[in-house]
Amino acid sequence: MVQKKGATRVSEDAEEELARVPLQAILLADSFAQKFRPITLERPKVLLPLVNIPMIDYTLAWLESAGVEEVFVFCCAHSRQVTDYLTNSKWFSQPNFSIKTIESHNCVSAGDALRLIYEQHVIHGDFVLISGDTLSNMSLTQVLEEHKERRKKDSNAVMTMVIKKSKPSPLTHQSRLGTDELFMAIDPDTNQLLYYEDKADHLKGTISLDNLLLADKSSVSLHNDKQDCYIDICSPEVLSLFTDNFDYQHLRRHFVKGLLVDDIMGYKIFTHEIYSSYAARIDNFRSYDTISKDIIQRWTYPFVPDVQFIGNSSTKLERLGMYRAPGIEQSRSAQIGPFTVVGNGSTIGNNTKISNSVVGEGCNIGSKVSIEGCYIWHNVTIEDGCTLKHAIVCDGVIIKSGAVLEPGVVLSFKVVIGQQFVVPSYSKVSLLQQPTKQDSDEELEYADDSSAVVEIPSFNITSDKLSGELTSELSEPQRRAVSEVGSGGVGYMWSVGEGDYEEELRHSVAPIPADKLAEVIQAAIDDMEMSAQDGNLLPPSGELQADSNSIYSEDNIDDIRDDYIYFEKEVEATFLRAVHENIKEDHVILEVNSLRLSYNKTSVDCAGALFYSMMKLAIETPHSSAGDLINNATNVIGTWKKLLKYYLPSLDEEIEVILKFEEMCLESAREFSSIFVQVLHLLYDEEILQEDAILNWASEKEGAEEADKVFLKQSKGFIQWLIEAPEED
Amino acid sequence: MPDAHALVNDFVIKLRKRKIEGSKATAKQTAELLRSVISQQRIPHINQSGALIDAVKGVGEQLIAANPVELAVGNIVRRVLHIIREEDLSLATAAIGGLGLDAGSDDDNDVDGDEHPVLSAAAVAAAARSALRPPSLQTLLEDLPNSAAVPHASSSGGDSDGKSKSADKTSRSWKLKHNVIEAVNELIQDISTCHEQIAEQAVEHIHQNEVILTLGNSRTVIEFLCAAKEKKRSFRVFVAEGAPRYQGHVLAKELVSRGLQTTVITDSAVFAMISRVNMVIVGAHAVMANGGVIAPVGLNMVALAAKRHAVPFVVLAGIHKLCPLYPHNPEVLLNELRSPSDLLDFGEFSDCMDFGSGAGSTLLHVVNPAFDYVPPKLVNLFITDTGGHNPSYMYRLIADYYSADDLVLQRKPASRN
Repeated sequence: MVQKKGATRVSEDAEEELARVPLQAILLADSFAQKFRPITLERPKVLLPLVNIPMIDYTLAWLESAGVEEVFVFCCAHSRQVTDYLTNSKWFSQPNFSIKTIESHNCVSAGDALRLIYEQHVIHGDFVLISGDTLSNMSLTQVLEEHKERRKKDSNAVMTMVIKKSKPSPLTHQSRLGTDELFMAIDPDTNQLLYYEDKADHLKGTISLDNLLLADKSSVSLHNDKQDCYIDICSPEVLSLFTDNFDYQHLRRHFVKGLLVDDIMGYKIFTHEIYSSYAARIDNFRSYDTISKDIIQRWTYPFVPDVQFIGNSSTKLERLGMYRAPGIEQSRSAQIGPFTVVGNGSTIGNNTKISNSVVGEGCNIGSKVSIEGCYIWHNVTIEDGCTLKHAIVCDGVIIKSGAVLEPGVVLSFKVVIGQQFVVPSYSKVSLLQQPTKQDSDEELEYADDSSAVVEIPSFNITSDKLSGELTSELSEPQRRAVSEVGSGGVGYMWSVGEGDYEEELRHSVAPIPADKLAEVIQAAIDDMEMSAQDGNLLPPSGELQADSNSIYSEDNIDDIRDDYIYFEKEVEATFLRAVHENIKEDHVILEVNSLRLSYNKTSVDCAGALFYSMMKLAIETPHSSAGDLINNATNVIGTWKKLLKYYLPSLDEEIEVILKFEEMCLESAREFSSIFVQVLHLLYDEEILQEDAILNWASEKEGAEEADKVFLKQSKGFIQWLIEAPEED
Repeated sequence: MPDAHALVNDFVIKLRKRKIEGSKATAKQTAELLRSVISQQRIPHINQSGALIDAVKGVGEQLIAANPVELAVGNIVRRVLHIIREEDLSLATAAIGGLGLDAGSDDDNDVDGDEHPVLSAAAVAAAARSALRPPSLQTLLEDLPNSAAVPHASSSGGDSDGKSKSADKTSRSWKLKHNVIEAVNELIQDISTCHEQIAEQAVEHIHQNEVILTLGNSRTVIEFLCAAKEKKRSFRVFVAEGAPRYQGHVLAKELVSRGLQTTVITDSAVFAMISRVNMVIVGAHAVMANGGVIAPVGLNMVALAAKRHAVPFVVLAGIHKLCPLYPHNPEVLLNELRSPSDLLDFGEFSDCMDFGSGAGSTLLHVVNPAFDYVPPKLVNLFITDTGGHNPSYMYRLIADYYSADDLVLQRKPASRN
């Protein structure tokens, strides 16, 4: 009673606190990913210009306008650059808006960052968790209210995720932001998030849901047209959860999925869908491109170039989405096409064509240059006659006359491209050498990052050195690099691994070329056919499985079968141990039951697996003839009859056993095929199988193909006898 | 002074983020801000009005740059500048007038008198007249030769300030500041009562059993219509809903709650309904010097329909909406393009904006302008707080309220660049 009183007081206190505390936000100024390499080796991602304004300014401007009063900016990689930028920016002088930076150099993931923030005890109430590359114009009022309301009713509602409708491409199975198709199951009544999967294997075309989800919910809606905005309203518990579970690294992959799977603590995540406002996160070059275009199309209003939401220079919007800063020198013959932004102090020469692009401040573009769909940052020099298509060109790059950038090229800071040089598609050029590939593709993301963090400081030094040397004379490594990017060029060409090429294609700024798209579509069709064939070849057990779980589509039987094989192996191992160590049947039952729960199987599966292991034992016991084999089988079944019987409560399970046996005879243990009937008889005699089960099996098989009927024919006599037997009795 | 500075910064930020809605609120807040800027401005002994003008101009530039589309800010800045000039002039003429009446009573005034022997009594009188009350066409025609002297007088007033040093001058400087603040207070008062002033004229324009059409939501229009209703006029109102922001719905709700017979129609039905309408009454975002109107989007179409059916098109505008600038390319340069999400559901159209395939540029463009420009020839009447005016009379009103020196406020940054 006393305890209870204390508990209620605490919760009251907490509620008061919720009301009192100013709204706080944690801004992670590090994405803990490497998608923006090589650019991010030299500058943190949050400071990269997005339509000529650093990304972090969009995030901060939004937080400020949404009524957040205190922001903790967590910087890790290049933390000095971030803090320097913020100190010199206007953000520190804003009224009712305070920014504090938290620096760390050994964090390798969002999880680490949140643990560190937890240790500092600076978060006192609900907070907004956002990364510095997220852009939004949504109002927080409603989502905060909903969150608080839920918290009052249920203290386990620790997080509210903001989502937005956005259809994935049916061809490439990726969202318009270049991320993988996201599947979410949401309770339509409460908006509770039940399932989250962003790494679904779309080639298989299936996802598997825990059928417990359906058990206690009247309805579940499954979405693949929602986009995760990476804006979360969190309760302070979230931080302590990260501290408690030190293996939580990735916000979504570990934390969200962890909470969803964990039903012991009962923490719940809810979603909030926004309709008219905009929110998106820049995850890769593709989303950089998409979001830039969204900004130019004004979806992010009022965070658009012609509104000076943060000390940016005034830009005028003209017809057809043309944004032009006042101090531009533009030749009369230059054609600046639609949806283009040109920054202050840039000059554009004769007959130059620019369309769907962003040109930064202080750029110098020569004549007869063609620029299409490019992002040119500040102080870039492009000499006469260059052609640029769908490229990202960082600060201080010099492109000498006649050079060509093919779609998807990324030129990092201060690279020089030689005359007439053609930079091939999807290549990345940097002054820094590509780090050696010790972190190959299969590793976890956070593991990658650890290597990144180690590497970055050393690269910084080299980059400074390089830029220092650039003005004086070419150093040894640079002279070597000359050949890589044409005569007079400076920079290293980063190679793309064979496996990564597909990834490049999906994530680059350039649209996926039509022929590649066609390939992807063809591949998808082939896969579909493949999986359809797989479906035909399914073992009977699989079919039963599919029937019992009708929510699964036919295609995902594959997945279940894999799962089933593992389960079967485990059961077999358990059974063999029982045989060798003389473990009691009750104990075996207990173990098999726990396996059943952990693999989420039914007793049908257990029966099948156990029977399979018994037969395998029988066949592996040395024998010389078919007769010996029967004896072995008789022994094994005789000894473990009780165990098997436990899992055969109804006819279904018994039929499964027969089907399983049939499958074994066809595949793994052909020796049994000759004595199929004898074993069947044996099982009947041992009262493991009832007469009805066998008869049902027989009638089920009646309609099957000829090839499948082999054993039915064999056992015809036996069945005949069974039918007649009761009459004799 | 940091206080005023902080206020200015705060206001600039609000303007930048488009946090202040409506030209009336903007105008009022601008005037209040300028009042505090003036009250905190330290006045030097010499060139007092110049110091005030510079201070106000400096702040004004910042404010205008923060949101160039919100013309009310610039209007108020110019009004305040005009007030300063006027007050200064009236003080100067009073001083000179005093000199003329009993020369030598004040030792310092001798200096003034000696400095400007050329200034004739007639010029002083003209200056006083033009400063103290709005010049009419008649005064201009009568005193044509003297009108040139008016700006000269004003500058000489400034010069005379420059030479003055006595204790009387400090009292005069205090007086100038005091007068200016009084006048700004009056301006603020005018802005906040402009609805009532306009609404008072409602009965003269709305007659029994008329049908009035309006579009968008304007506080002025609501007050105007309700004032007529209060005077027992019975009439009906058609409200065009004003897509995509549907401010018409808000207006209709308000009108119904005040007991007016209201019909909501779609914007596209305006032309069909206009033949039954006796008068179109709308609000405005700004009125330009040529009599053109910057108004909520859709009004140009309404004005054209009204013209076609010879229905009077009446624009209600508080005098703070009167902008002394002539519009150039107003459809683009004085417009604000808002988010396309007002028009389209982003989620539904997200597949049209997938840049991952195809040409990499979207085929779908959404244009959502906030304002329309209605040319002066389509407007029949402006009703301001000072009465009804023709579009062609706007430039005269402007001459009354603004001084020509202030028309271009952004001259300095332009020359710098």
